[in-house]
Amino acid sequence: MTEQKHVMSVTVRDKPGVLVRIASLFARRGFNIESLSVAKSEIPGISHTTFVVTGEERTIEQVEKQLQKLIDVLTVIDHSEAKYVDRELMMLKVSVSSSEARNELRQIAQDFRARIVDVHRDALIFEVTGDEGKMDAFVEQMRPFGILEVIRTGRIALTRSAADPKVGRINTAKAA
Amino acid sequence: MNGAEVVLKALERENVSVVFGHPGGAIMPIYDALYDSPIKHVLVRHEQAGAHAADAYYRASGTVGVCFATSGPGATNLVTGLATAQMDSSAIVAITGNVPTGLIGTDGFQEADVYGITGPVTKHNYLVKDINDLPRVIKEAFHIASTGRPGPVLIDIPKDVQLEEFTGSFDVEIDLPGYKPTVTGHGGQIKRAAEAIRSAKKPIMMVGGGAQVASQQVMDFAEKTGVPIITTLMGIGAYPAGAPQALGMPGMHGTVTANRAITHCDLIIGAGLRFDDRVTGNISRFAPKATVVHIDIDPAEISKLVHAHVPVVGDLRDVLPRLGAELETLKTDDWWETLNDWKGKYPERYKTDKPLVSQEVIQMLEQATGGDCIVTTEVGQHQMFAARLFPTSKPRTWITSGGLGTMGFGLPAAIGAAFARPGEQVICVAGDGSVQMNIQELATIYKHQLPIIIAICNNGMLGMVRQWQEMFHAQRYSEVYLADSNPDFAKLAEAYGIDGYNIFDRDTAKTLIPEVLERGKPAVMNFVVYEAEKVFPMIPTGAGVDQMILGDQEHEEDIAAVLEEAPA
Repeated sequence: MTEQKHVMSVTVRDKPGVLVRIASLFARRGFNIESLSVAKSEIPGISHTTFVVTGEERTIEQVEKQLQKLIDVLTVIDHSEAKYVDRELMMLKVSVSSSEARNELRQIAQDFRARIVDVHRDALIFEVTGDEGKMDAFVEQMRPFGILEVIRTGRIALTRSAADPKVGRINTAKAA
Repeated sequence: MNGAEVVLKALERENVSVVFGHPGGAIMPIYDALYDSPIKHVLVRHEQAGAHAADAYYRASGTVGVCFATSGPGATNLVTGLATAQMDSSAIVAITGNVPTGLIGTDGFQEADVYGITGPVTKHNYLVKDINDLPRVIKEAFHIASTGRPGPVLIDIPKDVQLEEFTGSFDVEIDLPGYKPTVTGHGGQIKRAAEAIRSAKKPIMMVGGGAQVASQQVMDFAEKTGVPIITTLMGIGAYPAGAPQALGMPGMHGTVTANRAITHCDLIIGAGLRFDDRVTGNISRFAPKATVVHIDIDPAEISKLVHAHVPVVGDLRDVLPRLGAELETLKTDDWWETLNDWKGKYPERYKTDKPLVSQEVIQMLEQATGGDCIVTTEVGQHQMFAARLFPTSKPRTWITSGGLGTMGFGLPAAIGAAFARPGEQVICVAGDGSVQMNIQELATIYKHQLPIIIAICNNGMLGMVRQWQEMFHAQRYSEVYLADSNPDFAKLAEAYGIDGYNIFDRDTAKTLIPEVLERGKPAVMNFVVYEAEKVFPMIPTGAGVDQMILGDQEHEEDIAAVLEEAPA
């Protein structure tokens, strides 16, 4: 059985317990949640969550259907099936040992379009957005300087289409 | 009006007439309000029994069953009952008290995270923190429990919410934008299904628990098409077991004819069933030649275990008549000839050269009642014997824990069924192991003088486990022997004020069963039966439906061959 990564957007009613239900559905079927982001959507009372999960390919359709069954879940989109745009926000604190290092760090930051959000005598904090590959590459570039701390938001994703994602993209087509 | 009174008023508005429950500290305001309520409360002696009774109340009547429990241990005792109802798609609303809002999360006395614990075993659950939400939440709970694929819903209400003064309104709308069960089947899919069925030469229809609501539609469809009908353990009663088109039960302890039909058929119409592993056996050997038309109200069941070539999501009451309208009588004469040949060759049989056996006791009960009663079962060998020898012929009259296989279900289920259908004979077919798991409910039966006969097939063993140990664990009988410490069941019944009988031979059994039925009183009939009887046919775990063990001397070689093939 092949394990594959899936980026899933799940819109939910903003109620206590919803995340627990979703997480337990993934866990029960052996899916590991790699990243998770939850935030308000454009509609009051509705949150947009993005899950990145890894698990068995044949199980994912079952997980989607089970998610759809949850009363407080409104839509489920498995982005892996369609074209989508995803982004992640990372903040990275790196140590600055010398002025040469500081200049070099500024140069790298420029190449990555990373912003410096905090400056300290012996440390810098960068803010970077982009896809996962860019994040990973930036981390590698920073590593020789001495990374003090990294925090990433986890991925958020949107389907590339003008169609209203709140309807019609619920994978009912797959069931039928 | 306080929150507790709101709860009872809201239940009245849902036409609830009976509640099964047990009081305790955190639900006392609701019990106080109950004192003045027209709703009848049945005091069970263990909360688990309350949940099972509510579950059976729904199964027997089609009306949502309701149970109450207090916080902490009261609520955790419900969990098995909720899981049982969830697995068998039974509509119950469970209401639990909880510690006051301010104490939640502080490990208060009798506090448990009931909302968290019951999430995975309910269709939906609520923790109500605002008293004015109560009317809407209760309305939603009944709606969710009883529509789509039915299931249990739990409402947890902290004590302070039960005591607060209500300022809201009962005129509330349900607010469930994420919940829209598909009732009407897709026209194109129904046409595709009809096409597939029309071209089939060896079709079968498998009917599951979802068909309990659509018995008439199943019968009409069967009559029009002439399709052979297999009823799963949960589907018993949805199609009459004695009808000429009935092939019996499929799966692990199914009939030879049903299982052979599955192996040889070229098309399956699955109606309201979920292709449970006890039905399919080894999936790779299940119906290898069949096109599968799967009709179910729950899209998540489609292609979960068995791939559906033509899925139809919808209510059987909508889909079956429309599908039937597309079809004429199927040309299945050759197929029926084969099936009838198997039916003739492999009738239900068991040997009576030994002491009394469970099968004949169950068959005597069937004959004495003519099958015109409600049967509940516990879980084990007797359950399988009853499914084959005592299947009822009307919907909502066969009540068993199919999915979860809950020992201790049958006795309280009989109570729920008796309240759901007053005046009807209820028979609980039990084993000496299972019956002891909720034996305290004899008190409830006595108190309400319910016309329930508990027929214990007492082999002094945990018979099903013993059977597996004999067949697959080198006859190492580990912890299955009960006879040395079983109670005297007749005396036990008498201690509860119920008539009790210990029966050791077939002649006494034969004369006593009609007599006890005639009395119309609660009774415990303890039939002491042969200890080493086994349920056959049997498909060992991991084997396919084509690899049945028949259990007859003349098939010994087959048995050896099958066991070798089957993975451990």
